[in-house]
Amino acid sequence: MATVIIPTPLRKFTNNTARLEVTADTIDKTVNELTLNFPDLKKHLLDEQGQIRSFVNIFVGNDDIRNLQQGQTAVKADTVISIVPAIAGGVA
Amino acid sequence: MSNNNSVTFSKEELARYNRHIIIPEFGLEAQQKLKAAKVLIVGSGGLGSPALLYLAAAGVGTIGIVDFDVVDDSNLQRQVLFGVEAIGKPKVEEAKKRLEALNPHIKIILHNTQLTSQNALEILKDYDVVADGTDNFPTRYLVNDATVLLGIPNVFASIFQFEGQVSVFNQRNEKGELGPNYRDLYPTPPPPGLVPSCAEGGVLGVLPGIIGSLQALETIKVITGVGDTLNGRFYHFDALTFESRTFNISRRDDNPINGKNPTITALIDYEQFCGVKAVEKPIKEITPEELYNLQVKGEAYQIIDVREQSEYDIVNIGAELIPLSTVSANADRISRDQKVIVHCKMGGRSAKAIRELEEKFGFDNLYNLKGGILAWIDQVQPELTKY
Repeated sequence: MATVIIPTPLRKFTNNTARLEVTADTIDKTVNELTLNFPDLKKHLLDEQGQIRSFVNIFVGNDDIRNLQQGQTAVKADTVISIVPAIAGGVA
Repeated sequence: MSNNNSVTFSKEELARYNRHIIIPEFGLEAQQKLKAAKVLIVGSGGLGSPALLYLAAAGVGTIGIVDFDVVDDSNLQRQVLFGVEAIGKPKVEEAKKRLEALNPHIKIILHNTQLTSQNALEILKDYDVVADGTDNFPTRYLVNDATVLLGIPNVFASIFQFEGQVSVFNQRNEKGELGPNYRDLYPTPPPPGLVPSCAEGGVLGVLPGIIGSLQALETIKVITGVGDTLNGRFYHFDALTFESRTFNISRRDDNPINGKNPTITALIDYEQFCGVKAVEKPIKEITPEELYNLQVKGEAYQIIDVREQSEYDIVNIGAELIPLSTVSANADRISRDQKVIVHCKMGGRSAKAIRELEEKFGFDNLYNLKGGILAWIDQVQPELTKY
């Protein structure tokens, strides 16, 4: 089972869980699995066309999936997937 | 950052910087580069405070500060540049006093203004490095684009609640190859409303201390050439789990400012780009005075507070608490046959709640308390606690 690290702003949609395990074998399937289990995550991860939002980065290991095979990037049992949305500070 | 050989130090400076100079990898040469350098810090808040203190202490010769804000007592939880006596005074001036007391051998230049598309290039052009510690997306993209257009490295740091991010953008490596910038990492910002705002989000005070110190570290490395900077890498820190990760990032062909076919050749309207100016349907409002008059007349009304429980516990005006994230689930608790006044801290979240309830459930009797509970306290009940 691959591990997905959920960023703090999105943990309120995953019952405050920081790490989730998924059975999926690609990034697209991982996102599907996550949004199926936690429907409120969907609008934060995907746009109206079902594409990963451009202010959300997904890294497999240390690499951006945009430099790998995007949504088709393979996910193995020991893969660590990080979801990292843009943050702007928020301490005004 | 040139002509470093002509940079000399007084006896006092040599004594002050001794612990730098005796590091073999650093030495007098790196210290000369620091003294010759001009660094601009955008924002003197949570990130800017530690970054400014360490860069001033380290002996960066010229430090510019951009900020238009005044010190507020709610800043002191994290903005360690300021003390109680600074409350109500301009941040840049208070910062200058503190930094000059720390290091009289450096020059501080103040820009007591908001960075805009009109003034950014003029302000940034005289600096060697920019360190961006602002708190909003429009300014992030403005600083990014201005540094790309001017060819200046941008040391980026950002925080939210328990997370921190650091990178070095727009830096040329030893081979002269240009590294990625913010638009390579995040092509577009989140639409307003999807990410909680500052008043809702919050931040643990020590986090900007950690991340702002890393920003100072990377700034020193960019100036001196000592070590490997975060050029082409993106550092991420989670204070809750104490996990750090450093991701690889690279330039994108479709980057609109310096990809293969750039479409941005000058600074744009960043408020519009970030959707901040999006036209929203107006909602009905009620001022604190009008609400007070309702109470005095004994008119029937319901009042809803959409803040969080923790805020309610600090101060409340006897409203029913229904936090913003739960308003739809509690729509049946909201009256339809009398005026319903909705409030939060300053009026932003209550406006969101009203729009959500009007759109989903067709309410037409909702009124936003103008200025929120803070305005109520100012105008009606000054004896209550402000936060």
